[in-house]
Amino acid sequence: MDFDLNEDQRLLKDTLVRFFKDHYSFEQRKQAMAMSGGWSADIWRQLAELGFTGLLAPEAAGGFNGGHVEAMVAMEAVGEALLVEPLFASALMCGFLLRQCPASAKISDLESAMVSGTARLALAHMEGEAPLNGAHVTTSARHEGGRVLLNGDKTLVLHGDSATHIIVSARHAGTPGAHHGIGLYLVEGDAAGLRRRGFATQDGQRAAELNFNQTPAHVLDAEGYATLAKTIDFGIACICVEAVGAMSALHAMTVDYLKIRKQFGLPIGAFQVLQHRAVDMLVALEQARSLALVAMFAMDDKDAARRHRTVAAAKVQIARSGKFVGEEAIQLHGGIGMTMEYAAGHYFKRLKMIDVQWGDGDHHLVALAEGPSLLEDEAMG
Amino acid sequence: MDLHLDPQQRAFRAEVRQFFKDNLPDRVRQKVIKGGYPEYQDMVDWTRVMHAKGWATPQWPKAHGGTGWSPVELAIFDDESQAAGAPQMLPFGVNMLGPVLYTFGSPEQQQKFLPRIARLDDWWCQGFSEPGAGSDLASLKTTARREGDEFIVNGQKTWTTMAQYANWIFCLVRTDPDSLKPGGKRQEGISFILIDMKTKGITVRPIQTIDGGVEVNEVFFDDVHVPAENLVGQLNKGWDYAKFLLGNERNGIARVGATKEKLRRIRALAQTSQIGAAPMSENHRFMERLTEAEIDLKALEITQWRVLARSAARHGKPDPASSILKIKGSQLQQTATDLAVALAGPYAAVGKSDQSGDNLGPIGPEWAATSAPVYFNYRKVSIYGGSNEIQRNIIAKAILGF
Ligand SMILES: Cc1cc2nc3c(=O)[nH]c(=O)nc-3n(C[C@H](O)[C@H](O)[C@H](O)COP(=O)(O)OP(=O)(O)OC[C@H]3O[C@@H](n4cnc5c(N)ncnc54)[C@H](O)[C@@H]3O)c2cc1C
Repeated sequence: MDFDLNEDQRLLKDTLVRFFKDHYSFEQRKQAMAMSGGWSADIWRQLAELGFTGLLAPEAAGGFNGGHVEAMVAMEAVGEALLVEPLFASALMCGFLLRQCPASAKISDLESAMVSGTARLALAHMEGEAPLNGAHVTTSARHEGGRVLLNGDKTLVLHGDSATHIIVSARHAGTPGAHHGIGLYLVEGDAAGLRRRGFATQDGQRAAELNFNQTPAHVLDAEGYATLAKTIDFGIACICVEAVGAMSALHAMTVDYLKIRKQFGLPIGAFQVLQHRAVDMLVALEQARSLALVAMFAMDDKDAARRHRTVAAAKVQIARSGKFVGEEAIQLHGGIGMTMEYAAGHYFKRLKMIDVQWGDGDHHLVALAEGPSLLEDEAMG
Repeated sequence: MDLHLDPQQRAFRAEVRQFFKDNLPDRVRQKVIKGGYPEYQDMVDWTRVMHAKGWATPQWPKAHGGTGWSPVELAIFDDESQAAGAPQMLPFGVNMLGPVLYTFGSPEQQQKFLPRIARLDDWWCQGFSEPGAGSDLASLKTTARREGDEFIVNGQKTWTTMAQYANWIFCLVRTDPDSLKPGGKRQEGISFILIDMKTKGITVRPIQTIDGGVEVNEVFFDDVHVPAENLVGQLNKGWDYAKFLLGNERNGIARVGATKEKLRRIRALAQTSQIGAAPMSENHRFMERLTEAEIDLKALEITQWRVLARSAARHGKPDPASSILKIKGSQLQQTATDLAVALAGPYAAVGKSDQSGDNLGPIGPEWAATSAPVYFNYRKVSIYGGSNEIQRNIIAKAILGF
């Protein structure tokens, strides 16, 4: 076993952490969110210049060709910085998905544009009736006169409001719920018949409701369910790591606050009961860190069911730790933790929204309880 | 022993329930059960309805416009009004200042202010906390210096709930600066004073809370002239009145009725809400969590009755057991808001939409959109009114004798 980053990975981490430290303070982030569209094009450009928009893209496209360790390094920093720019939605989620699709000139071009930062991708998969039922795809893909046309609605599309390209899951065969017959399609942002309704999420990210009406699309992968499932597992592993970054920043600021806030003539951290609460937060954080790590490494697992179990287990742990660390952090800050002017509340909100993304802790726990024991699975896949 | 309400109490409950059913406008009810703060005018209108019925200040003595109800009847009334989704009477006037005035205020103060509190002619806010004085309230620094027949007030209050609507504020101020010196008794240099918010030198700055709303404020005092007659009770005895007030604040803090309403609504919505392959009512994990909360609430309801049953014998002395109600009651309120988020699932994330309008429906189920903000906002209930840690300190000392 080796828990250390190699030289390149350490450099990657240092670069991103330093970038956020210099350019993404709480105030700068607030300014970014106040911009039209809800994030900063300038920050985005700089992330592209540093190569992060191409984190997972192949070298041929000018990318970093990163794997799960690189994704992990980036997502932890994203969590600490509470990044609102579409790095995860585009470079990580869609970057990962593209690498699972059959190679094509279309994909190579798209990857190059993604690396340069000019293309921003979003994955449109969930549908309104049963957003967490992964195979519940009713959006249709039909071949008509040599073109593929999409019809249907997608919900809660992360950064779908501003993406230049949208990857859409749509059904060309089979009934809703069937794995077979779900394809992955590429829709240009300015395609005919694409309507978007953008909104801010509760934690200051961006998303959109999308409607496709005879919208022309390009096939990326005709049978894409397995890729989709793997990409969503990867997405869950990523936000688990992001949650670890957010928790660790939140925990650190809570411990600092306990040391400086004085009441009754003492720093409140002098009250042992509060020390113990901070200790329990650390325990929760470390448990979360361990399983987030395991989830990321599960991306190597050839057994899809086992991979999913591992990721789901991490999501359960993150839900618990995130709730505990988040709620305790607000409580231990008192009134100041309740305000938008202070960072703690923003971490707390992000942690809660990570919990409800792609199934909350209970959702995954129920499914896991019906499956085989996790202890029979090799820890590292 | 009998764990049931007696026939008289049951009849009382039925009467109260019917009144809310007949008189509470649905629009206001919807706003309250979604967890939003009722708007200024809604509060005033509803207070007037309650006042006309004689129920705006039920816990006050009859001589001052109260009802003469027993503690149990008062609790029945609170639970019913919360369960009905009625706006609660503004606590700062009705629960906090009113009792201080009819117990310690001058006859002039009582005549001038009590009727106006009952009709919400005056909107009061509570100026206790300061940036440096939260749990340790006795360390407060805002000063009031006597000059002729006035006090000159300087300093800052914070977390002042709905100060933006208030035309009056009751404040704890330091009238004996020596009391803060080493060896001084900090509690003995504090006075309780009433300040007209329109007085020159007062500035209110809103603070946005993490749910996106503005319900608290900072209030700054810069050489604010206050008539000496606005002092309540005796100079430097304000701490005693504050303790009395905080004891009253903890009454009704269990909020059993409000949580009951929330859990009922969640159970009903679970039948139809679907985010996975089946309605949430078929998710046994969710239903177990909901049921656990219901069990806890049932227990709390009886605990509340038990605490109330002995309150008559205490002759108005605050009961440290009410801290039990505060701790459990706040936890359950928070659990209920958390369950609502679980029910909304990914739709809990939906915030402000770029385009809105009549032809565009809500994104996801309509009720889901407020689930997360209410969950965020309700973290406050274990912080204010004496944080749950401070409640534990009270229990440890006053009940367990540590
Ligand atoms: C939404 C909201 C509305 C409010 N409205 C009003 C209002 O209208 N008027 C008003 O005057 N005030 C109001 N308050 C203020 C509220 O009363 C204070 O927030 C509360 O007293 C806690 O003080 P603090 O925020 O300074 O936290 P601190 O006192 O700094 O506490 C921080 C943490 O330390 C813990 N702690 C402190 N001392 C001890 C101890 N001895 N042992 C163990 N733990 C300890 C606390 O429990 C908390 O977890 C409001 C607060 C909120 C959040």
